[in-house]
Amino acid sequence: MDGVVQLQKQLVDYIASLFHEGFLDEQFNQLQQLQDESNPDFVVEVVSLFFEDSERLLNELAKALEQETIDFRKVDAHVHQFKGSSSSIGAHRVQNVCITFRNYCEEQNVEGVEPWHRCLKCLQQVKHEYSLVRNKLETLFQLEKQIIAAGGSLPAT
Amino acid sequence: MGMSMESQFHVLAVDDSIIDRKLIERLLKTSSYQVTTVDSGTKALEFLGLHEDDQSNTETPSVSPNNHQEVDVNLIITDYCMPGMTGYDLLRKIKESSSLRDIPVVIMSSENVPSRISRCLEEGAEEFFLKPVRLSDVNRLRPHMMKTKLKDPKQDNEENKEESGKPVSRSLEEKEEQQQQHQQQQLHRLPQQQHSNSNKRKALEEGLSPDRTRPRYNGLTTVV
Repeated sequence: MDGVVQLQKQLVDYIASLFHEGFLDEQFNQLQQLQDESNPDFVVEVVSLFFEDSERLLNELAKALEQETIDFRKVDAHVHQFKGSSSSIGAHRVQNVCITFRNYCEEQNVEGVEPWHRCLKCLQQVKHEYSLVRNKLETLFQLEKQIIAAGGSLPAT
Repeated sequence: MGMSMESQFHVLAVDDSIIDRKLIERLLKTSSYQVTTVDSGTKALEFLGLHEDDQSNTETPSVSPNNHQEVDVNLIITDYCMPGMTGYDLLRKIKESSSLRDIPVVIMSSENVPSRISRCLEEGAEEFFLKPVRLSDVNRLRPHMMKTKLKDPKQDNEENKEESGKPVSRSLEEKEEQQQQHQQQQLHRLPQQQHSNSNKRKALEEGLSPDRTRPRYNGLTTVV
């Protein structure tokens, strides 16, 4: 059972590092607490919904920023949604870049190329943070799967 | 006719975000409530059997042709920011309807805007939760739902009104209800005041909330 114990320790340390580095916040703990024997896949399910929804929002944002005339209210609406969903799963850094993004959208009555550049940059940052946290969470879920496959149980939150 | 009241409470949750619907559903089911989720205010009104044309004229709930039985909802919890009909619009429509206005309504929002909060409370919302909603928030719903079981829908919101024919075992719950009502009335009159005992989660109280073990970061850059 040595292998399982090691995996469990690895998982605990990994999760701790994700919190420490700000990828996840307290809300992720809340999600884990809602998971139990009757809903053993709750966290994976919610996070999967988040991944799907995020891909959709990133596509919408890219489209919106490709337009001749950018509708900043539309951009803001998408970012607002993204901010909300990332907050709901505890994806802290994604949430933060969304907040910054929205601040830029709010100052958009200026003509010219500058606002568009800043928005594009924001979008890049959101994409970047999103793919980082996605990788981290997928790694986390993999670890959990390995533990369960080896007959172990997941550490209590 | 179960003795347990929890199993009979039915909550209608309204949110355009699929993630948030999943979350609120789990939170509510954890508390043993029956849950229906819809993704818009329009669908909520449809589910409640309310149609645009017969809002405040009917005394009895209008039954939608799709429902074969009366829909029994004990509480409506709705997101504020939704495309089309906002949570505030939905709240107003519910309060304007003679058949629905006694159903307690709770608003959720990811944004802490004091004027928004006051407006919702003044319009008749029982609570205003900041997102992400937690189990500690959902635990505060029960007293509001108990009110709908104890109260005669035609009655005004007065204290010390004894219901005839109510079982004696409910007297403890009635006390809780009166306390809650008193608190509600205080909140309605003084929307600006900080209510440390009402546990309304506002950003100002973030660092003070007893049920958090880690400080919450809201809009601050991460310190690594």
